[in-house]
Amino acid sequence: MTIRFLLRPWMVASALLMSAWEAQATDITGAGSTFVYPVCAKWAEGFRVATRNGLNYQSIGSGGGIKQVKAKVVDFGATDKPLTQEELDRSSLVQWPLVMGGVVPVIHVEGVAPGQMKLDGPVLADIYLGKIKRWNDPAIQALNKGLSLPAQDIVVVSRTDGSGTTFIFTNYLSKVSAEWKNKVGSDTAVRWPTGINGKGNEGVASYVRQQAGGIGYVEYAYALQNKMSHVQMKNHEGQFVEPEIETFGAAAKNAHWKPENGFHEILTDEPGKNSWPITGATFVLMQKVQENPEHAKTALQFFDWSYKNGQKVALALDYVPLPEDVVKLIEAQWKIELKDSAGKTLY
Amino acid sequence: MNPIPTQPVERASTHAGPARGFGHFADRLFEWLTRFFALLVLCTLLAILASLVVTSAPSLKAFGFSFLWSDDWDPVQDKYGALIPVYGTLVSSFVALLIAVPISFGIAVFLTEMSPPWLKRPLGTAIELLAAIPSIIYGMWGLFSFAPIFSRTLQPFLIETLGKIPFAGQLFQGPPLGIGLLTASIILAIMVIPFISSVMRDVFELVPAVLKESAYGLGATTWEVVWRVVLPYTRAGVVGGVMLGLGRALGETMAVTFVIGNTQHLSPSLLAPGNSIASSLANEFAEAVGDLYTSALIELGLLLFIITAIVLAMAKLMLLRMGQREGTRS
Repeated sequence: MTIRFLLRPWMVASALLMSAWEAQATDITGAGSTFVYPVCAKWAEGFRVATRNGLNYQSIGSGGGIKQVKAKVVDFGATDKPLTQEELDRSSLVQWPLVMGGVVPVIHVEGVAPGQMKLDGPVLADIYLGKIKRWNDPAIQALNKGLSLPAQDIVVVSRTDGSGTTFIFTNYLSKVSAEWKNKVGSDTAVRWPTGINGKGNEGVASYVRQQAGGIGYVEYAYALQNKMSHVQMKNHEGQFVEPEIETFGAAAKNAHWKPENGFHEILTDEPGKNSWPITGATFVLMQKVQENPEHAKTALQFFDWSYKNGQKVALALDYVPLPEDVVKLIEAQWKIELKDSAGKTLY
Repeated sequence: MNPIPTQPVERASTHAGPARGFGHFADRLFEWLTRFFALLVLCTLLAILASLVVTSAPSLKAFGFSFLWSDDWDPVQDKYGALIPVYGTLVSSFVALLIAVPISFGIAVFLTEMSPPWLKRPLGTAIELLAAIPSIIYGMWGLFSFAPIFSRTLQPFLIETLGKIPFAGQLFQGPPLGIGLLTASIILAIMVIPFISSVMRDVFELVPAVLKESAYGLGATTWEVVWRVVLPYTRAGVVGGVMLGLGRALGETMAVTFVIGNTQHLSPSLLAPGNSIASSLANEFAEAVGDLYTSALIELGLLLFIITAIVLAMAKLMLLRMGQREGTRS
């Protein structure tokens, strides 16, 4: 009894302390892109240590993120497929890029070492259209002189679920092949002309690993961490490039980010000798008028913190941080566009 | 048995009147409570049906009945048709039953007629344990263990032998990918065997011993007893069990998603990848953008609901018929 008696003041005090702690910290919520989730989670960890504010990010997919930010369920949404200015205006949203990454075609062909196979856009499109059916097709052989290719059927693997990765990949194919553009088009989910489909990067990766003669496309980080056999791609300037941070960065450098159109920029088939042709960015979406300015301020604080302190983490996870001048453009945009319900700027 | 029912009556008589009144009230309350729970189930069912119809309205309006036979599934053009997932669902479940029913029948016959008594219980439990394995485990096992072996051994064999037959051979042509409709069917078969075989075992045990003994007495073999006495007596129950298995196969999601290939192409070959309603929903729903896409997916769900409802209604009818027949016999 006495022990309990003595404990009681302590418990009250600690409870008070806890609630004071809670009152100081603001937990913000975000939802969307699965692509950005690993780096977002790391940033959130660092941000919590630095500011005691937490971030609860749900990687429910870009489509879900767009829906939830429109419904004002979350403080921000993240999407791999940028919305057009019209769509942004219709739901009064602001959009800006958060981080970049690359999509990498991966293959499973006996006797071909990682990075040994060279492909270009039109050939890749023809493979995915089902027009090139075997690995020793003259079109592939012409790009790979000296490489002995097996007379093996190509097993085309794609994503079945809607995904920003698919959007970037099909956007590239649409840019390099008129037939792809007319027949299939570009979106987060498309009607694949041929092959089998897996769910998520891991679904595609496991099919490619399992099927001899398989080809698929996954996020760069996923290909690297799982040591998948990637290919070299011919870029806009006719150079063959390897997928790596430098070539993704080169593609980003040649992009023309403009705040006027919600930074709508898809980094596929960018010019530049060193540019990886299948690069993309993840975009943040927020309501223009914020009903909960406290949350919005914390969210902006989080993005600012991540742009300035999160680069190393991003690079370690094989994402490409945004160049500094782009970050300046973005933060200037926050001042103009984001307001609380009284019309006061938030940043 | 006698003292137990009399006990409460005695206790009630020792208590005063109000207790009985309270007991009566509690009885009525309990009756209404159970009725409420029962109606709740019905309401939930109707509410689900209504919300499926309402949310799929844009797609119902846009495509009408052509949704049923169109094989288009193109999110870019916003055109949707259910043919491929419906075909995949029906064919994979049907082939699964083709495999599972004979095996389940064999299991049930062995357990009821032939098994030595000491083996009955462990074997029965083992089969029921198969039903307790989560479907995602079946899916992972199917993709990582079964599919590679299947594509190296049985599939090339099927392509070389059955694939050469005119007409029917079309069912077994194409590259041996390891995943596809047939793989999904085999995994589904393994998953429904415990359901079908345990229902079969239960109804086989319902057969009066006198019937079987008379048949044996007339000199019938075990096979003749099973085929001529046990099966006719339990036919409706067996069909009911098969329908329950079919109901499970139609709605199975995770295991099928792993091995069916998730492709939007119609192929005559069972070895080719396909798609099912449940796996389409699981794969595409989270990332579906746009009202029409979402409502087309919900309409797929509505179709699955209708298909399963028909199957279960048929099973209930069969079981009802079995009950009636038993009534006339006794």
